[in-house]
Amino acid sequence: MKKINSTLYLLLLPVLAWLIISIVVPHLDLLFKSFRFENDDGLMVFSLNNYLAFFEDEIYWLTFVKTALYSIGITFLAFVVTFPVAFYLTKVVAKKYSSFMVLLLLIPIWIGELVTIYGWMILLSDSGVINQFLLSIGIIDSPIEMLYTNFSMTIGLLYMSMLFMIIPMMSALESLDDSLIEAASDLGASKWTIFRQIIIPYTIPGIASGSIIVFMLVIGDYVAPNILGGKSSLWFTEQIYNEFLSTFNWNEGAAFGFLLLLLSSGIVWLALKLTGQKLDRVGS
Amino acid sequence: MIRTLPNSPLYKIGYRIYIGLFYLFLIMPLVTICVLAFNDSNFIALPWKGFSLDWFFSNTEERLGLFADEDLLLSIWISLKTGFIVALLSLIIGTMAALLFEQEKFRLKGLLYFLALTPLIIPGVILGISILLTSTFTGTYIEEKFAIDVEFLRPSFWLVVFGQFSFGATYVMLLVGARLKKFDQTLEEAALSLRATRLQVIWLITLPFLRPALIGAFIVAFLISFSNFNTTIFLVGSDPTLPVDLYSRIKFSSTPVLNAVSFMIVAFITLSAIISFVINRKKI
Repeated sequence: MKKINSTLYLLLLPVLAWLIISIVVPHLDLLFKSFRFENDDGLMVFSLNNYLAFFEDEIYWLTFVKTALYSIGITFLAFVVTFPVAFYLTKVVAKKYSSFMVLLLLIPIWIGELVTIYGWMILLSDSGVINQFLLSIGIIDSPIEMLYTNFSMTIGLLYMSMLFMIIPMMSALESLDDSLIEAASDLGASKWTIFRQIIIPYTIPGIASGSIIVFMLVIGDYVAPNILGGKSSLWFTEQIYNEFLSTFNWNEGAAFGFLLLLLSSGIVWLALKLTGQKLDRVGS
Repeated sequence: MIRTLPNSPLYKIGYRIYIGLFYLFLIMPLVTICVLAFNDSNFIALPWKGFSLDWFFSNTEERLGLFADEDLLLSIWISLKTGFIVALLSLIIGTMAALLFEQEKFRLKGLLYFLALTPLIIPGVILGISILLTSTFTGTYIEEKFAIDVEFLRPSFWLVVFGQFSFGATYVMLLVGARLKKFDQTLEEAALSLRATRLQVIWLITLPFLRPALIGAFIVAFLISFSNFNTTIFLVGSDPTLPVDLYSRIKFSSTPVLNAVSFMIVAFITLSAIISFVINRKKI
């Protein structure tokens, strides 16, 4: 018995060290710092001022609300765009093509966000590929302003996150027995009925984990809103970034960071409750 | 609807067009970058001015190609170094965590496992600022108390490594844990009953079984580190990683050398993906 225990501690101690030093302590510190405020005498005191600043200045909480709503919207958009693809790859296309098509999906993920977002910047700019193409075939006379708008930001966020939606949906669809669909079809069910009553309920676990991953990636993203979004499309992470690296108001930044953490984990918690999922299933 | 059921030709064609458009959307930014990397122009976007390798090899004031740009080469080198160390650290701690959570029983296991999963749902920006806050505070404290300047507690190479490791270990844990679930426990029991120690069992039986997963997890951790921006930006010191360097160039001084670097990344990832695809197919 004693030997088993020594292995347990050998494994437990490094893992504990990892979790405490890099996760628990920094986040408790973030919470603590968010209540520290330098008063008029230059002393650090305990106060709610950093949070009050958030509610007093319209631009902060408006950006906060906008970030939340856009993130939910983009998550839904990602589901709508990718569900037919996930279904196609698992149930429609011939097996010999599907593994290659899945491989193609993974390539943009591994290339990384910065490069793909940069690609979109070139595509959407005034002298970019899309505008030049439309100009050359004569559909438009002058370039359409696409870059630095909410539109370009949405495209970027969708592009970098949607592939994380397909993979969990595919693994849910893979375990769906084709004979269920065949049986429903033999009994005269329409495509819409099969979709609504068999396919969607069966895929809910995959949709839930995919949505959570997409939502977290979108709400916490900085690159796509900053490179593709313009002045009118401010993202809440950009304000945290400014607090830390431009105005050096770290305590206020900590408060904003904590608010973002509350918002994102709150929405994820709600989504898990509504769909009856557990967090440890999301990881797998 | 599925392979075995008949469909109207219109439905089939419509579906195929949608899938085609989706893949076009997917590869458009990548193809654009790759083509424009060879454009004989001083601007990152169109018009096309002819084929040129200047942005790879040229070494003039006006056109500093990738292989002549020492700053850029240095940031690639730093990223490779960071990625390697992060992957190694994550592999060690992540594997320990997987063994711990899959095979051992102890109090508070559920809570610890939840903590180990939190990097999946904490936005990278938050992880970055909280580690920055804590390390800066600790650094200042040590300096005031003991008059020792601890370099790695300030934004620096090692702080980036630490920040990326804190979530890299989670991904390793999940990948190795998934493989560990398929492990036949009777092998371990047999070895134990033949008087092997617990550590001998892990070293001689469990780890060899996990080998493919360990290699895969190392590569994943490396790629996550190599492309990370959101956390890294807050922890980076005077020596930027490639994504940080690319970001500041995109924002402030974009020349087509960006296309050349991106081309190299796209080409490298695509080639490795195809090679691994071919190797895996041969096995089956």
